[in-house]
Amino acid sequence: MSLSNYNPFSLTNRKLLLGPLNLENPITVQVLGICSALAVTAQMKPAIVMSVSVIAVTAISNFVISLLRNTIPPRIRIIVELVVIATLVILVDQILKAYVYDVSKQLSVFVGLIITNCIIMGRLEAFALANKPFPALLDGIGNGLGYGMVLITVSFFRELLGSGSVLGYKVIPEAFYDFGYRDNGFMILPPMALIIVGVIIWIQRSYVKSLVEKD
Amino acid sequence: MFSNKYIFIYSSVLVIIVAVLLALAATLLKPAQEINIKTEKMQQILQSAGIKSPTKETISIYHKYITNELIINIEGEILSDFAQGEFSKGNERAFDINLKEELRKLSGKTPTPKDVRLPLFVLINDQKDTVYVIPLIGKGLWGPVWGNIALKSDKNTIAGVRFGHKSETPGLGAEIETPMFQNQFLGKQIFDENGNFTSIKVVKGGVANSSINPIHGVDAISGGTITSKGVNNMLEVCLKNYESFLKTK
Repeated sequence: MSLSNYNPFSLTNRKLLLGPLNLENPITVQVLGICSALAVTAQMKPAIVMSVSVIAVTAISNFVISLLRNTIPPRIRIIVELVVIATLVILVDQILKAYVYDVSKQLSVFVGLIITNCIIMGRLEAFALANKPFPALLDGIGNGLGYGMVLITVSFFRELLGSGSVLGYKVIPEAFYDFGYRDNGFMILPPMALIIVGVIIWIQRSYVKSLVEKD
Repeated sequence: MFSNKYIFIYSSVLVIIVAVLLALAATLLKPAQEINIKTEKMQQILQSAGIKSPTKETISIYHKYITNELIINIEGEILSDFAQGEFSKGNERAFDINLKEELRKLSGKTPTPKDVRLPLFVLINDQKDTVYVIPLIGKGLWGPVWGNIALKSDKNTIAGVRFGHKSETPGLGAEIETPMFQNQFLGKQIFDENGNFTSIKVVKGGVANSSINPIHGVDAISGGTITSKGVNNMLEVCLKNYESFLKTK
């Protein structure tokens, strides 16, 4: 493939970017990264910041590893991957602490735990090591987006039903509370995230039959 | 194939690049991070006295309200007094005291060491009343809990409290952060009518069902027993140190 007729928005490349949003979604199809999805989705703001952080880390680590792929000795490739991911995660953590301090406090350890997010290692091993930098970058962004999309959906329902607000703004009118409406405290606890993720998987599979396993 | 020499050189170079990058980022971002931590501390002090401060204006609001930052010792003597940007006594700001370190010096030692420095913030609120803010630090179930307690000018009645925690259970122990729990403290007193220190008890099962005078107790959080106990101990341990100071009228 010569550079002159290289189309950055070819079908293959678009598939890399958009595939993870639905058919190859890291959370609902590959079931990776569930731990952090449970932990940071009680409110929308931390979920959005977490999503952006993960998108940045997957995209940049995919890109960097893909650039280095021919120089990395196979015997230490996992170590090299981890060094790259860990560096990015520490950078993200430091930046959050400096510029969005309140959110970084809510996310607490989970920013650090992006290092152990299986999506990132998974994409590096499965994709970045064998592909050119640009497709790898797209794949990273796509998977980050797929993760973020689920995270934000889950956090929307948890915040709405658990705290009666969206992005910190009260949306359920006071009148409802006067009639005896109560926020569902259970929504704030991690188990409800699991149930909402389950419901999302259920809805997705009822539309996309190809995802349903035959037994 | 890659030789061993190549692998060693490769990993060394990689690590050096990463180290430089991280050191650079840490140094460049440090000032911004430190401001955030300071701002948060100021916000917590102001909040306990019922003063709202948006993050951006916190520093100027803090300097507007806080009249004195005092450091006192266990006998109530003032070691340092920092007011309006100047020291009238001593040379250390109460704001910079590491309370955790000071409390560690105290723990379980008799007679109580005299070199312990206790921070105290004096401010004048919108109603022109003097308010004393005492910082608190203690242990919850999973990690540290902390807070600030504001006393009215009689050095007895509580004007407000704010608690914070690192990792208490959401919905249970973490409820110490909610207004529902904190508002219970308003108007309670830490000394009884004979002037004896009683602290504020956080009572499991509710103050109404206990033998504790409701003016010295609040209801604990159901399901958050250990966190509630932590808050109870924190109040007792921290406030006790200020007893001599608070008794002087």
